[in-house]
Amino acid sequence: MTHVESLPPPRTGIGPIGWLRQNLFSTWYNALLTIIATLVIGVVLLSIIEWAVGSARWGAISTNMTLFMLGQYPREQVWRVWAVIYLLALLLGLSWGVWQTAVRGFALIAVGASLVFALSVVNSSVWPIWIGVAFAIGLGYLGGRHVPGMRRVAVVGGVLSFPIGLLLISGLTRLNFLPQVPSNLWGGLLLTLVLTVVGNLVSLPLGILLALGRRSRLPVIHYFCVGYIELIRGVPLITILYMAANMLPFFLPETVRPELVVRAMIGLILFEAAYQAENVRGGLQAIPRGQYEAAYALGLNPILTTLFIILPQALRLVIPALLNSFVSLFKDTSLVAIVGLFDLLRIGRSVLAQSDWLGTHREVFAFAFLVYWGINLALTYGGRRLERALGIGQR
Amino acid sequence: MSPPEEPIIACEDVHKWYGQFHALRGISLSVQRGEVVVIFGPSGSGKSTFIRTLNRLEEHQRGRIVVDGIELTNDIRNIEAVRREIGMVFQSFNLFPHLTVLQNIVLAPVWVRRWKRQQAAQSAMQLLERVGIPEQAHKFPGQLSGGQQQRVAIARALAMQPKVMLFDEPTSALDPEMIKEVLDVMIELAKSGMTILAVTHEMTFARSVANRMLFFDGGVIVEQGTPDQIFNHPQHDRTKLFLSQILKH
Repeated sequence: MTHVESLPPPRTGIGPIGWLRQNLFSTWYNALLTIIATLVIGVVLLSIIEWAVGSARWGAISTNMTLFMLGQYPREQVWRVWAVIYLLALLLGLSWGVWQTAVRGFALIAVGASLVFALSVVNSSVWPIWIGVAFAIGLGYLGGRHVPGMRRVAVVGGVLSFPIGLLLISGLTRLNFLPQVPSNLWGGLLLTLVLTVVGNLVSLPLGILLALGRRSRLPVIHYFCVGYIELIRGVPLITILYMAANMLPFFLPETVRPELVVRAMIGLILFEAAYQAENVRGGLQAIPRGQYEAAYALGLNPILTTLFIILPQALRLVIPALLNSFVSLFKDTSLVAIVGLFDLLRIGRSVLAQSDWLGTHREVFAFAFLVYWGINLALTYGGRRLERALGIGQR
Repeated sequence: MSPPEEPIIACEDVHKWYGQFHALRGISLSVQRGEVVVIFGPSGSGKSTFIRTLNRLEEHQRGRIVVDGIELTNDIRNIEAVRREIGMVFQSFNLFPHLTVLQNIVLAPVWVRRWKRQQAAQSAMQLLERVGIPEQAHKFPGQLSGGQQQRVAIARALAMQPKVMLFDEPTSALDPEMIKEVLDVMIELAKSGMTILAVTHEMTFARSVANRMLFFDGGVIVEQGTPDQIFNHPQHDRTKLFLSQILKH
């Protein structure tokens, strides 16, 4: 016998009925558990649905939607927030066109979300704007796909979108068409997202520096970083927020008086950086020594080695942990309410104080629940797609 | 320009300790340009440690090492200057897994030698031709066989146009059928006039191209000579015993 034909693998599927029998009804007590669990889930779901479509007073949400989204942001300046959304939509589409699979998850979610938003506000004047967002993503995609040189535009745009977005939202006293909106008027989901995005974007590089510093052979840098990380991680976020809000001005010169939002943001960043540092350190430790040796043997200095060889691999390894921290910070921003800022959740409590909507706790918190959860779901799903796309060619 | 008779590598009484363990116990060696030196010996004899001191992946604690007129001291500028002139190939390849084959090769020429990217890519493709795998240029290391990865590692080291190549057991992690493809590249390299120091037990390589063989044991060079002297007339009992063990099968 010299040659054996390749055979198809044995069938492993058992069909839906077989699966049910094997997993849910394998013994009499499993069958009993299945039935009881189904009944409990059914009763709970039914009562929730009954409430949601029947007695719930969703007017508490719909009449206050702008408040939930933007807080006290001046209503005649709302176009600036739309401008930011359109900018990001174009950029997202562009990145989708340029990088394809890596960004596709995020892009599809954004398209789907804007269409859902358009549907949910179909009897107000806002819905065409949401349809426009979906089109902007599509337009960006076509541009990124077919226009040469868009990769650079996407990278530069990605970097610039951050300051431009902030500038659009905050404005400048000197610009007549873009009057300043003091940050104490920012609120709702807008404030939550600004805190989350700025917090994450600043704390990640800071965390990377701290992680690298912690591995430094210079004692001053090493012990400073260890001390910082351990100090911050040993204290609750609320404490740090209180200190940032109340004590930060004592450490700054008389002329510098940052607004409350900025102070809270500094607190969040300082807190988050310590956690990101530990995440990144985990990745740095996973890089085999041979990678350093190969880089050094080629004549690369430690900075180039870290930048081109070690960090790209280390960060890729810890994407799940980094995303986990992004999500935590997003949720932790709700704590800024205790220093007097009106984030999404705090707006909810103020809605409950409106005389028209007394007692609508369930509606308000169900809404907040859905907003937080929906955004996190999108982040997680998009992140997983990104992870899979970046994993190509890994070891 | 240094006169041709000056050795490219000169070591005098090199010592190295790991904690209490005395790993290198006074190695003196000088290597001429174009020489091919094979280093062999039992594991733990210090042969890997020794060639890793030549580009300062390991620090020596006593003695002098001078490479192409530059002495290896604690001065990082000297160390980086020496590393630019010495290419190294490792047992476990150590390719950068997040970069394509081509990116692996052009990285150092672009950032250390400051070559134009296009020029670096062109010479990288020539090197890939030379090691026989130009079609793999845009794959990631993880998609290649061990033999192919090691040939990329050789091309990556050659891309810096080094004056000396160090090989640290380049075939020990390879399947037997892949050893030959790597050895062929090394033999071609040796015949092209490259100065080579190789820690290896591939005696076909030693027989066909080595000018000199060093037998390491216990942190010293026990015996050295041409392949003919070592294989046919070894002087020390330790050398005879070791050779009889590795040549038996």
